[in-house]
Amino acid sequence: MAVRGRGPGRDSQAPADDAAPAAGRGRGGRRWPVPLRAYAGAARRRLHEGDLGPAPVLLALAVTWMIFQGLNDNFLSPRNLSVLSVDIVGTGMVAVGIVFVLLIGEIDLSVGSLAGLSGALFAALNVNLGMPEWLAVIIALISGAAAGGLQGFFFARIGVPAFVVTLAGLLFWNGLMLYLLGPDSSINFSEEGLVAKLTSRYFTAPVVTYGLAALGTAAYLLVSFRDRRRRGAAGMPYRPVGEIWARTGLLAVVTFATVYVLGRFEGLPLALLIFLAVIIASDLFLRRTPYGRQILALGGGVEAARRAGVYVARVRISVFMVSGTLAALGGLFIASRLTSASQVSGSGMLLINAIAAAIIGGTSLFGGRGSTWSALLGVLIIQSIASGMALLGVETPVQFMITGGVLLTAVVFDSLARRAADSRGQRSD
Amino acid sequence: MPQPLLALRGVSKRFAAVQALVDVELEIRAGEVVALVGDNAAGKSTLVKVISGVGPADKGVIEWQGGSVQIKRPQDAQVLGIATVYQDLAMCDNLDVVGNLFLGREIHRFGILDEVEMERRTRELLHTLSIRIPDVRVPLATLSGGQRQVVAITRSILGSPRLLLLDEPTASLGVEQTSQLLDLIESLRDRGLGVLLISHNMGDIKAVADRVAVLRLGRNNGLFDVPTTSQEQIISSITGAADNAVAHRASYPEEAWP
Repeated sequence: MAVRGRGPGRDSQAPADDAAPAAGRGRGGRRWPVPLRAYAGAARRRLHEGDLGPAPVLLALAVTWMIFQGLNDNFLSPRNLSVLSVDIVGTGMVAVGIVFVLLIGEIDLSVGSLAGLSGALFAALNVNLGMPEWLAVIIALISGAAAGGLQGFFFARIGVPAFVVTLAGLLFWNGLMLYLLGPDSSINFSEEGLVAKLTSRYFTAPVVTYGLAALGTAAYLLVSFRDRRRRGAAGMPYRPVGEIWARTGLLAVVTFATVYVLGRFEGLPLALLIFLAVIIASDLFLRRTPYGRQILALGGGVEAARRAGVYVARVRISVFMVSGTLAALGGLFIASRLTSASQVSGSGMLLINAIAAAIIGGTSLFGGRGSTWSALLGVLIIQSIASGMALLGVETPVQFMITGGVLLTAVVFDSLARRAADSRGQRSD
Repeated sequence: MPQPLLALRGVSKRFAAVQALVDVELEIRAGEVVALVGDNAAGKSTLVKVISGVGPADKGVIEWQGGSVQIKRPQDAQVLGIATVYQDLAMCDNLDVVGNLFLGREIHRFGILDEVEMERRTRELLHTLSIRIPDVRVPLATLSGGQRQVVAITRSILGSPRLLLLDEPTASLGVEQTSQLLDLIESLRDRGLGVLLISHNMGDIKAVADRVAVLRLGRNNGLFDVPTTSQEQIISSITGAADNAVAHRASYPEEAWP
């Protein structure tokens, strides 16, 4: 799928350089006379703002892959990439929830424990109590939402810092998970069931896999042209045809290559499809709905949002509910991978990796800036490092240090970008 | 004389032991810029909060177009058509100009934001007000102080208000930006809006205000027609010195004012 930092809503504005003359021209004629110059201007301005979109992250991913491929030929093999594409899903789902929380400028430390709790709850209900799988899944997800909502309540209504509330949550939910797991501290469930299928089901029929790739690309093309037509009709600058085709072409290359490579091993994993669906849906939700706009507004200025009539407490609680739900969903994928619920699934590493993924992917720690696509990019980088190290036989301590270094680099980038934006904002001309 | 758009009659407000406003009278007509001046702690901000509904009055009557109204919440003021631009602006730095203008009143179709329509209206509004913003899709953080101020005012105009309250709009602006802002205030007045301008800057007041209302220690301390009043008269009314050393010292350049 296309990886876009800001998406069409923003990118389509690229030609709108120098709005005053642009507005005059745009109103009169339908053609965009100097797209090249306008592009250069927009690109330069973004550089000044320190807004490079997803470019640095993509570059980092490419470098990571090239290094590991250089060190070990098996790294980019269909088999390894296929395993990678399923391994990222659990952590990635949790990271999507973290993106929501980071967007309002807060943090949720309980997601790792909530993910573990969700797996344990599902296993306990399904195996110990004999509840049907679908019901156990729904209860696990609702419990995640409720736990997140409870933490959100203490934060938004009582005024306890989110850091502390979710730190308490981290301990509490972890304790609850261990209690549910009982003395064996692990519960195995069916390898043929619904939850196990989440990560063991692959689509192999070319009609389905290539059909999905074609469908996604076509949908992107249609939406782009529709947007272009509407903007043109309203007399506003719009994206040149060439750019639409270039973007669509790039998207097609990425999706078809993914389908092809994964098809050479076991096929297109269901888990990856669900992950992409969650990312696309949450991205559209954040960028294209009034509620998503309120979440972003909260990250940009609580007071401004309040004065604009945003129900701050309600939005905050709902964001923690989203984070809790996605943590629970991620927990199910992690349990599914092992077909068992155990202490491992809720370990502290999950929390650290999820937060690191969101930040490495380009979501700002300072709130208001980011996209759920950063969860995919970030988790890809983190899992690639883990997978590459494992292939090379590097020990865990070194893995930790390298991941830590990558995280620090990402945060430094984030801080520098923020400083660049600030200094531009304070300049008085 | 036309009926006033907004009239305050005997408005008082008390914060614990401090009597912030005492029997304040104020009238603003449509198509008129009234400047509200006063020393620190004179009650200017308190008065703005009374009108904007953020801090309602304890006593007194507010009349809107001749009829008595209650302004208990910010929403009440909005419904009447009173828009306020606070000194701290309070905007979302991460959202673009369009996003900030429409925050809290987004245009959407079937729950999906209609970015095209919002951007079209933004451009239209900026165009009619002759405001130049290089790009309406850049995050607000990248705009200069003057541009942010202009966006804040444009935002308040979006709801087609009848009365605009501006709290120290020029306080943080340079010379060039200030003159642009004053142009904007004049063009709004010419479009028939009533404007209440709080300012410390005599130059600004002389430039755009039609009348000046002076507050001193929470009480009315004079109402002047700007064209026929000297700066010294206004200043002595602010300081409460009709004729003393302070009044004579007041021929300092305007920039010397806090």
